[in-house]
Amino acid sequence: MLHQTVQSMFGPGAPLVWALLGIVGIILPLLLCVAYLTFWERKVLGWMQVRIGPNRVGPWGLLQPIADGLKLVFKEIIVPAKANSGLYIIGPAMAFATALAAWAVVPFADGYVVADIDAGVLYLLAMTSMGIYGVIISGWASNSKYAFFGAMRSAAQMVSYEIAMGLALICVLMVSASLNISEIVHGQARGYFAAHGAGILSWNWLPLLPMFVVYLISGLAETNRAPFDVVEGESEIVAGHMVEYSGMAYALFFLAEYANMILVATMTSIFFLGGWLSPVGFLPDGFPWLAGKACFVVFLFLWFRATFPRYRYDQIMRLGWKVFVPLCLVWMLVVGVWMMSPANIWK
Amino acid sequence: MTAIAQYVKSLFLKELFQGMAVTLRHMFGHKITVQYPEERTPQSNRFRGLHALRRYPNGEERCIACKLCEAACPALAITIESAERDDGSRRTTRYDIDLLKCIFCGYCEEACPVDAIVLTRIFDYHGEKRSDLYYTKQMLLAVGDKNEAQIARDRQQDAAYR
Repeated sequence: MLHQTVQSMFGPGAPLVWALLGIVGIILPLLLCVAYLTFWERKVLGWMQVRIGPNRVGPWGLLQPIADGLKLVFKEIIVPAKANSGLYIIGPAMAFATALAAWAVVPFADGYVVADIDAGVLYLLAMTSMGIYGVIISGWASNSKYAFFGAMRSAAQMVSYEIAMGLALICVLMVSASLNISEIVHGQARGYFAAHGAGILSWNWLPLLPMFVVYLISGLAETNRAPFDVVEGESEIVAGHMVEYSGMAYALFFLAEYANMILVATMTSIFFLGGWLSPVGFLPDGFPWLAGKACFVVFLFLWFRATFPRYRYDQIMRLGWKVFVPLCLVWMLVVGVWMMSPANIWK
Repeated sequence: MTAIAQYVKSLFLKELFQGMAVTLRHMFGHKITVQYPEERTPQSNRFRGLHALRRYPNGEERCIACKLCEAACPALAITIESAERDDGSRRTTRYDIDLLKCIFCGYCEEACPVDAIVLTRIFDYHGEKRSDLYYTKQMLLAVGDKNEAQIARDRQQDAAYR
């Protein structure tokens, strides 16, 4: 219906218009989710610290993110005199743009994806890696010690955990035999357990449990969330790479961080928790399941933040290189042997 | 053996899950936040807040300009000038407290032989410029007049311990 209207109105330009509509349809709700994720985070942190959390602006404090956003919009963006102003402006834009661009390949339900490309996983990894450039460039361009330290730390941390993340995904790719993200979800609906009516057990989280944990924790480190937030460790380097930013430029980093959080949570749900698949047979598959799973993973992130103290820098490196990478390599081997053996459950 | 137990413990992230159980329990537990303008924490009758100068029930001000409070004040926040009044009694012509200097130790109240200068329970006052927090005799007397009932009640309650 809508498809036909667009077709008749724009003729040959219809695919472009259609893509633009898709982009707007994703980004607007995403920004709203990001805004309310900050609110939800403050609430959850408050509750876990035996506080109430924001409750003054609007009913139950629901207008708090709007007020925060307005405040930041009206603030002046200060460019330090010695900063490289061109790069200084590009930095937050890059961090934010990559956080949004990655959503192009995320399937929200069967067939509901802006770009259903076969190398979706590669594109996703590439986009999340690009986000590091925003952080490094802004840290460098700020021409400030603390921003530079933050950028260095984030470069080292994100690159290390990218490897563990990629290796964990290789196991997923092995069992689903596809780089297409929709296909990975479909793959989780097949196999030994699914054939015996227990679809929830055939999702990748159980057969690949160590990889699920590695991916979740790497995702946490990748988004610079607590307990891996040395990049912006308040007590050590103030705010890391964002220390010289103000107003909306500063807000862009936050939007990027939270958009990345939602992205990582969604990807975890898709790769390991069966995406839009329904856990119980009598309810239909669909987007609400994906949303619910992503919300759960996001809640895990907040829960971790409220619970764990910050890792020391060398501990982060040790965990990434000496625990996760070997674990992934070993598990790759195990999955390989498993798939070749008669006990293969993914057939 | 302990090394193995330790290894198993760390492998299954036992202590991390214990920590998460604690935070989850608190998430649903009772919240201790006091929502300030609507709710207030209970105050002691010895609370040391904003200063006040008191009067006797007949309207005569208590202060006899002995300047003991000025001498006792460790922050030198009190300034007093006195003169003889027409009826021959010694009275203050000036009694100023700089609240920005005051450390709210309560020594002035302890030094006062006639319970003239007292510290009240009021803590939520403000000034929009520095001079707003320089309280003169008239301002202090006004605070006293306004809160005399509460001040008298608090002194009464504490009298047995003085």
